[in-house]
Amino acid sequence: MKEVRILEIKQSVFADNDRQAQLLRQELREKKLFLLNLMSSPGSGKTTTLMRTIEALRDTLKIGVMEADIDSDVDARTISQSGVRVIQLHTGGMCHLDAEMTRQGLEGLDPAELDLVILENVGNLVCPAEFDTGATKNAMILSVPEGHDKPLKYPLMFSVCDVVLVNKIDVLPYFDFDLEKCREYVHRRNPRAKIIPICAKTGEGMKAWTDWLLQEVRGEGYGEKT
Amino acid sequence: MHELGVVFHIMDSLEKVAVENEVTGISRVVLELGEVSTVIESYLHNCWQWAAKKRELFSEAELVVETIPARTYCEGCGQTYATVEHGKICPCCHSPDTWLLQGNEFNIKEIEVY
Ligand SMILES: Nc1nc2c(ncn2[C@@H]2O[C@H](COP(=O)(O)OP(=O)(O)OP(=O)(O)O)[C@@H](O)[C@H]2O)c(=O)[nH]1
Ligand SMILES: [Mg+2]
Ligand SMILES: [Zn+2]
Repeated sequence: MKEVRILEIKQSVFADNDRQAQLLRQELREKKLFLLNLMSSPGSGKTTTLMRTIEALRDTLKIGVMEADIDSDVDARTISQSGVRVIQLHTGGMCHLDAEMTRQGLEGLDPAELDLVILENVGNLVCPAEFDTGATKNAMILSVPEGHDKPLKYPLMFSVCDVVLVNKIDVLPYFDFDLEKCREYVHRRNPRAKIIPICAKTGEGMKAWTDWLLQEVRGEGYGEKT
Repeated sequence: MHELGVVFHIMDSLEKVAVENEVTGISRVVLELGEVSTVIESYLHNCWQWAAKKRELFSEAELVVETIPARTYCEGCGQTYATVEHGKICPCCHSPDTWLLQGNEFNIKEIEVY
């Protein structure tokens, strides 16, 4: 007969990943490499915003991009047209990236020469919020057609974000999106979140965003390898 | 799918625990899941069954999920109430100034091993 015994574990399912993420964040700090985790629902404008961001900062910072997609490399090909280094991470059907996958991805980018790596996470408002990637800062994009009540429906995502980009403001006249309400709801979840309205299509508001990002990168003493 | 990723994470963590404790097999895994966590229990069971077949350590392991009820605390009147029933507005004083006390947990509680 088998002798059974009980082992008490008493730890959060996310505890292991949280530990690895914390470790990665620490290592990145020592290497002065800034990792930005960019999250949103599918189609909110991550890739379009990324292209604009690269355009604005490429002369100031050495940028690399990691594209996480469940099963395609469409976005990676788009980004590669901008000339920056990009790699595609396949999540193998998974809805999020964890710290270990992020670490492996970074190794493939040859990060020693980079100042800023931007990770385009899987399009999803639930799972990426629960798995800390180890990023230095978290950004999310909420686009106007999705509605201003999203912060109430996806509280965790909004509470882990340092900055919320409200994208597609060019279509504000056609939707009942209320920017003030949106601000209020976001700040209810996360009082320190910075909110920046942008239009990735026309470039409106992009300077406020890239200024914020550059300041964050510089502020931490990152991006000063050269 | 979220639940599948979560199941892999649980199994990864428990494989480490098994090595540390010189365990040869796991007969039961007990999780604690908050009522308002983002994980859906029935999906969790489905994913578990699928993944357990692929990992020897778990091939005999039964999954038990214990539910933690969600409770919200009201700053307005100091009462606590059932979150699922009443949401973010306090049913006693109608204050929106409330926060979740418990119910978004997702823990590995214990395992039965041999
Ligand atoms: N009107 C308008 N359309 C935009 C804007 N930004 C992006 N789009 C459009 O929205 C669609 C999706 O944009 P993407 O940048 O591919 O979005 P994404 O978040 O990377 O999408 P996934 O990677 O598939 O999740 C495209 O057709 C873009 O042209 C904007 O500011 N205004
Ligand atoms: Mg994209
Ligand atoms: Zn009350």
